[in-house]
Amino acid sequence: MRIARAALACSLALASATVVARVADGGPEGLRAPSAFAGIRDDRKRSLALFAEMGKVIRHPRCMNCHPRTDSPTQGDAMTPHGPPVTRGPDGHGVTAMRCQTCHGDANVAFAGGEGSIPGDPHWHLAPREMAWQGRTPGEICRQIKDPARNGGKTLAALVEHNRDDHLVGWAWHPGEGREPAPGTQARFGDLTQAWVEAGAHCPD
Amino acid sequence: MTTAFTLNGKPVTADAAADTPLLWVLRDELGLTGTKYGCGVAQCGACTVHVEGGTRRSCVTPVGTIAGKVVTTIEGAANAEGAAGQVASALQRAWVELDVPQCGFCQSGQIMAAAVLVRQVADPTDADIDAAMSGNICRCATYLRIRKAIKLAASHLRGATS
Repeated sequence: MRIARAALACSLALASATVVARVADGGPEGLRAPSAFAGIRDDRKRSLALFAEMGKVIRHPRCMNCHPRTDSPTQGDAMTPHGPPVTRGPDGHGVTAMRCQTCHGDANVAFAGGEGSIPGDPHWHLAPREMAWQGRTPGEICRQIKDPARNGGKTLAALVEHNRDDHLVGWAWHPGEGREPAPGTQARFGDLTQAWVEAGAHCPD
Repeated sequence: MTTAFTLNGKPVTADAAADTPLLWVLRDELGLTGTKYGCGVAQCGACTVHVEGGTRRSCVTPVGTIAGKVVTTIEGAANAEGAAGQVASALQRAWVELDVPQCGFCQSGQIMAAAVLVRQVADPTDADIDAAMSGNICRCATYLRIRKAIKLAASHLRGATS
């Protein structure tokens, strides 16, 4: 019995160490640094690999929920329809009397009466229709975010800055109780974006 | 910690931790129980008040975040200065005229949301009303009377200004 317990303990410790190592080197739960792609000599292939890594963030529910294909966001890790049933309104901040800021404040707020929290940021709002990501392929999303006509007039340099420094983007890594953060860190996401741009900002088909 | 703000036109000071929900302060400390506790998670709209003239769910609003701001509750809505008071009074009359409430629990939140809508949209359509009121739930399902009352109040106001 003791031997069995010891074997089980060793197995668990080994499994834990493996998980930690995989997260540290950017395994499934993490986000790999640009240096992990330095061995790919071909610029196009490296750029595509970097964008695929960025996709772990872009396609995460923390980001996708507010890039809906309709005029209403989704919410939660399961990306269920937003409750209450809000709509984007003319400016992405909701409609009269039902603005995003009716419920969402400048920061996350823990529910006083139970588990969970309501997310918040000073600029909490929906991405514009032109930036709908839900239901789109990685290639379609990639071409969207590069297109100044659809990305708010951003150059690639501005896109790097947006991904690295924007406060609302950064919320994805600090989403409050009850929500899984996006993988990695915002700084690493910014570094990946920079490396993707430097490699030619190529998009998958 | 104390937080000073303007409540229904008068300066008040709340003696509560900064993360205390505004709803708690209104009801338990300041004795204004017209604003209701429904779900506590910003899903039902019963706790709706106005902060700086806009709708705000007081159950998820830390009192520390409203320092220096202007807050209006159902108790003070009809007495607010200018158009805000006129709109709230018109809604109040329409609510009575059409006997809108059933159990009444959600109605203060409904009126506070409707007040912002009618202030900003003089002749609201069904779609305007449904969108603006989508976060205010009524378990008695008085939605059709609410919609009629909003239109009635808006028409009274348009008549008053034409």
